[in-house]
Amino acid sequence: MKKSDKNNPIFIYDVIIIGAGPSGLTAAIYTSRARLKTLLLEGLSVSSQALVTDKIENYPGFPEGIGGFEMIDRFKKQAKLFGTEFVVEDVNSIQPSKRQGANIWQVEVKEKIYYSLSVIIASGAQFKVLGVEGEKRLLGKGVSYCAVCDGAFFKDKDIVVVGGGDTAAEEALFLTRFAKKITLIHRRDRLRATKILQERIFSNKKIDIVWDSVVDEILGETKVQGVSLTDLKAKKETEISCDGVFIFVGLVPNTNFVKGIIELDENGYVNADSNMKTSREGIFACGDCRQTILRQVVTACGDGAFAAFSVQQYVENLKGTAYK
Amino acid sequence: MLDTNLKHVESREQIEELLKNNTNVMICCGRMGPMCIPVYCVMEKLESEYPHVRMVDMDFDIPVASLIKSLPECSYFMGLPFTVYFKNGKAVNATSSIQNEKQIIDILDEVFKD
Repeated sequence: MKKSDKNNPIFIYDVIIIGAGPSGLTAAIYTSRARLKTLLLEGLSVSSQALVTDKIENYPGFPEGIGGFEMIDRFKKQAKLFGTEFVVEDVNSIQPSKRQGANIWQVEVKEKIYYSLSVIIASGAQFKVLGVEGEKRLLGKGVSYCAVCDGAFFKDKDIVVVGGGDTAAEEALFLTRFAKKITLIHRRDRLRATKILQERIFSNKKIDIVWDSVVDEILGETKVQGVSLTDLKAKKETEISCDGVFIFVGLVPNTNFVKGIIELDENGYVNADSNMKTSREGIFACGDCRQTILRQVVTACGDGAFAAFSVQQYVENLKGTAYK
Repeated sequence: MLDTNLKHVESREQIEELLKNNTNVMICCGRMGPMCIPVYCVMEKLESEYPHVRMVDMDFDIPVASLIKSLPECSYFMGLPFTVYFKNGKAVNATSSIQNEKQIIDILDEVFKD
């Protein structure tokens, strides 16, 4: 029996990786190849952002692009091939512990505790909600955070997309396959999205942009019927009729379970150095949950590789087997 | 084709038998997508904790899925997966799109409390 229950902790992993996105899976590939005993805890309640991406066009080696789902599936297969153990559980907490005089970490899930010499936090980030009236109530009834999942329900319908970054632009473009018309609502007077995506947005006849505006409410009783919005410059309120509202207004890091254990920034992102070391010895962080200026699949993978190498050095130093 | 550890329902006969032979049934009808997978994972986890509830999944794109899609409870649904809870053969609750473990437990405890 490899796993441990609360009363019978008998197995200590070299590394527990929390999160099954590009960074966590890359880290798993590397630590498993380094023959570290690796457990990857895949969250029950959240999915990697890459999974909801229709086509990833900026990951080197895929000139035609690759679907996010397929990419993650390939990463998983690769990690399993090298021996990573996978368990699907949400992590409740991480706490320092001692075992035979050594400092270790205990990772608590719903009904079990796992023990490890080190931990890699790769828990990613999830979509940010607008927090407006109607959003929660109409989820699945016109409100969506995943164009790939739900876009086909909106054939020949009018859709509002909220946001101005890469994700909003990519998803708006994807939705043009189905929608009659798309209105992109952005709170500023220009998009933050990559220039090539902006060019595609501006040249697409199905997409209109409403600048300097925020959505105040999603309208409808049993299904979405429109949005009310405020023009921040003109201070004017208007309504737009639509059948769907797709929201892509940024991310919230999944780091609640490490609050008070490692240092986070004011937005909840993990502060980690360029080698992915956090403020606590033995805990490393990589990918979208980490404070960084760019969150892409390719940077997440790089982070994961660095985190894995740092863990390898840390664990081998603990065991006295480091190559010096 | 769904890649889960849940029992897959693939025919009209299977659904009819399922609803006839089980008082409490939960059917999650979806694809292998990011909004659906977390729901399947929660169901897999809760199967043993709710032995009085038969939990199954169904591919959204097979013909028999029309039985779920055409339910009045799903008439306004525009987000995957469609999850429907049946008691004594009748739909008593339904949700559209991703649901977390707590949301699912709340429904299970409410509709299958007897």
